[in-house]
Amino acid sequence: MEGLVGGSYHSYVGQEAVAVGVCSALAREDTITTTYRGRGQHLAKGASAYRLFAELLGRVDGYCKGKGGPMHICDLETGILGANGIVAGGISHSVGAALTAQMSGSRQVAVAFFGDGAVNQGVFSEAMNLAALWNLPMIFVCENNLYAEMTPLSSYVKNARLVDRAAAFGMVGEVVDGNDVEAVFRAVQSARTRALDGRGPTFLEMMTYRLHGHMLGDPETYRSKEEVAEWRARDPIVRWKTHLLESGLATEGRLAELEQTLDAELASAAERARASLEPGPETILEDVL
Amino acid sequence: MSTRELTVAQALNEALREEMLRNERVFLMGEDIGEYGGIFKVTKDLLKEFGPQRVRDTPISEAAFIGTGVGAAMTGWIPVVEVMWVDFMAVAMDQIINQAAKMKYMSGGQTSVPMVIRTQGGGGRGNAAQHSQSLETLFAHIPGLSVVVPSNPADAKGLLKSAIRRNSPTIFIENKMLYTKRGPVPDGEHLVPLGVGDVVRAGTDVTLISLSRMVDFTLEAAAELENEGISAEVIDLRSLSPLDESLVVRSVEKTNRAVVVHEATRLFGWGGEVCALIQEKAFDYLDAPVLRVATKDVPIPYNRALEKQTLPQVSDIVQAVRSQLG
Ligand SMILES: Cc1ncc(C[n+]2csc(CCOP(=O)(O)OP(=O)(O)O)c2C)c(N)n1
Ligand SMILES: [Mg+2]
Repeated sequence: MEGLVGGSYHSYVGQEAVAVGVCSALAREDTITTTYRGRGQHLAKGASAYRLFAELLGRVDGYCKGKGGPMHICDLETGILGANGIVAGGISHSVGAALTAQMSGSRQVAVAFFGDGAVNQGVFSEAMNLAALWNLPMIFVCENNLYAEMTPLSSYVKNARLVDRAAAFGMVGEVVDGNDVEAVFRAVQSARTRALDGRGPTFLEMMTYRLHGHMLGDPETYRSKEEVAEWRARDPIVRWKTHLLESGLATEGRLAELEQTLDAELASAAERARASLEPGPETILEDVL
Repeated sequence: MSTRELTVAQALNEALREEMLRNERVFLMGEDIGEYGGIFKVTKDLLKEFGPQRVRDTPISEAAFIGTGVGAAMTGWIPVVEVMWVDFMAVAMDQIINQAAKMKYMSGGQTSVPMVIRTQGGGGRGNAAQHSQSLETLFAHIPGLSVVVPSNPADAKGLLKSAIRRNSPTIFIENKMLYTKRGPVPDGEHLVPLGVGDVVRAGTDVTLISLSRMVDFTLEAAAELENEGISAEVIDLRSLSPLDESLVVRSVEKTNRAVVVHEATRLFGWGGEVCALIQEKAFDYLDAPVLRVATKDVPIPYNRALEKQTLPQVSDIVQAVRSQLG
């Protein structure tokens, strides 16, 4: 840790299959909103690792010219309307994107990513009702990683089946193994078809787990090592690799090669980001109105 | 230029209609705005003309429909959202303060939120504490928001049209007591830019600075003062953000005295900001301390007599000026 990233940093490790499965089923024109834990979704939606790193470092080449940071990544070109630092803050923005898609007849779908904790914000329920009422082309992706910060699901909801909320709004809901990238992909594919066929929004509860703490430096006193180990055994990346090998879709050699290429790409993006310029004070007053 | 007599409600209705005709991406959302035409009839007949796609009745979900407006604006449309009473903005403050106001900045200029939130505030109708507030200062304190508070039909129309054409979020606060107020509205295209105040009465002895319904009270006070041989200049700020600083400063340089009159409560109200502006930029010109006439620092009481005594009255303004000159 060199102290190059400001504020809090929220790792996505453990939940990768959700981002990859969802975004693989989307078109480039489809839009997403995410939480502060959004880099996984941003990469999966096609954002550049270089510009993401540069933004984490607060540099001019970052997506937000260094003025947004990790909690506010936005890239209109790949349909990333914005990450959000307010729990449930971005969900209704996706309702708006779905509404304009519907009004323009543009055949785009809007996806809102949010956590299990977000379902207890009033605006979540309001947004669910609006999207259902207006039959909008939208997918609600709830990443249920069993914790809201340091608080376990069981201690903040009476009914832990979050998918049950969908029925209350007359919306289709489905529970999905969020650590199975293919299952996620298939669920989103059919939700997307439903949306484009004019059959309205879908709520998907993705069962997953974050393997790192809530944020960097979280001492994780609220969960046991055994629980984490159990979920580590279900690591979505390992599972997917095993599946590829067992079904003969890839060889060990090919996977190692791919991994090496990816690692090198990311390392070089991070290295280049370090060399990107710091924004000058003249930018402080820009882009207010 | 030829004009027509319209009420504020009619002038606002014209502004919405003209902008919807001009740009098919302008659309409306709010409670009871469709068939019913809005509780103050500002959206009357627009559903008939533009259809349910562009005139959308919403559930009572201010946070979600303002947030929907944010998302719609980021994807290329221009929502004009009606929040029935300014007091109800409180349930949607995250979407206004953390989302709409900051999207452009946080995204490094990639997105903008060209949205207007129309609402109405003010006391005088016995609506009590949760339906009578003047909350413009709350929004003016947030960088990224523009705040418009019109006082008459022509300005209401011209300012609303300008707000709709602006590429950033605007809080447009009408006054419930002014909807039926009549006044001349210029024919044809009528735009009033934001951030340009209006000298609604010229004078030499004191500058009275106000907006919205208090402009009428202030003009009445100025007429009374004239009988006493005091010449008051009256400024209608029209918008708080942007604020027409130079108009205020130039006027005070001429009159050497100022009284700020607002219906917002006094403590931390925008009057304090205007006082600070005057002492920073016109200190040497002042012959007396700048005074404030404002609503008492209490929730607005229901009882009509108490309500009246809580809100600023013409006599309060007259007295403030007298004390300054006395
Ligand atoms: C409105 C609001 N309240 C509280 C917080 C502080 N906070 C940040 S993340 C978080 C937990 C959210 O949990 P969840 O929605 O399950 O998402 P996760 O972090 O597990 O991905 C909280 C309480 C916040 N950012 N916004
Ligand atoms: Mg969670």
